[in-house]
Amino acid sequence: MSEKKKKLAIIASKADIAGAYPPLILATTAASMDYEVGIFCTFFGLNLLKKKKLNKLKITPAGETNMPMPIPQIIGILPGMTDMATMMMRSWMKGAGVAKLQELMDISIESGVRLIACQMTMDVMKIKRKQLIDECEVAGAATFLEFATGADITIYI
Amino acid sequence: MSDFKISKTLDAKNLSCPLPILRTKKAIEDIKIGEFIEILATDPGSVADFNAWTAATGHELIDKSEESGIYRFIIKRTK
Repeated sequence: MSEKKKKLAIIASKADIAGAYPPLILATTAASMDYEVGIFCTFFGLNLLKKKKLNKLKITPAGETNMPMPIPQIIGILPGMTDMATMMMRSWMKGAGVAKLQELMDISIESGVRLIACQMTMDVMKIKRKQLIDECEVAGAATFLEFATGADITIYI
Repeated sequence: MSDFKISKTLDAKNLSCPLPILRTKKAIEDIKIGEFIEILATDPGSVADFNAWTAATGHELIDKSEESGIYRFIIKRTK
């Protein structure tokens, strides 16, 4: 009965739409499979923990060479192109019945996923504690390593 | 054809990974241990995923079938 829980440790360092989904999809699914889950959010990954930010994340077509945009790649750097790509991506996602990032975050919180904000990158990027959701904790590398020790799966995104 | 009675039906049609699984996780808590839940989905990936999910959680995948693009899974809550 008291079988040891499997453990998933994730480092999330990105926050464009394509980078924000994998940590939250894996975290919620693992939690639904009775894993203990922790996400360490560092650099741009901190955006996952910002209040009211998740549904505003974008994607840029610049450098995303395989994004099927009806424009030449170089145009991707022009003003407005990021918003256009973001709009397209959101409409594809909606059409495919993909969950919103906020819904995945709500399920993560509800299922007890441990959310850790990286203190060092908060300082670097001048992010204040009160800009982040109450449900996360603020800590450093040692805290993540202590959590990830003995994890069955560790992923860097 | 079978001696089980469906206690709850979850409509997960037109939802993409991982929502059919996440909704199932939540819905299975609404039935009692030993009861059966029926899940309807259209995500072709859900076939492999329900196998994996039941293997990981220990809930029992009793039956799966497909008819005109709609997958039907019957899962028994075991714990």
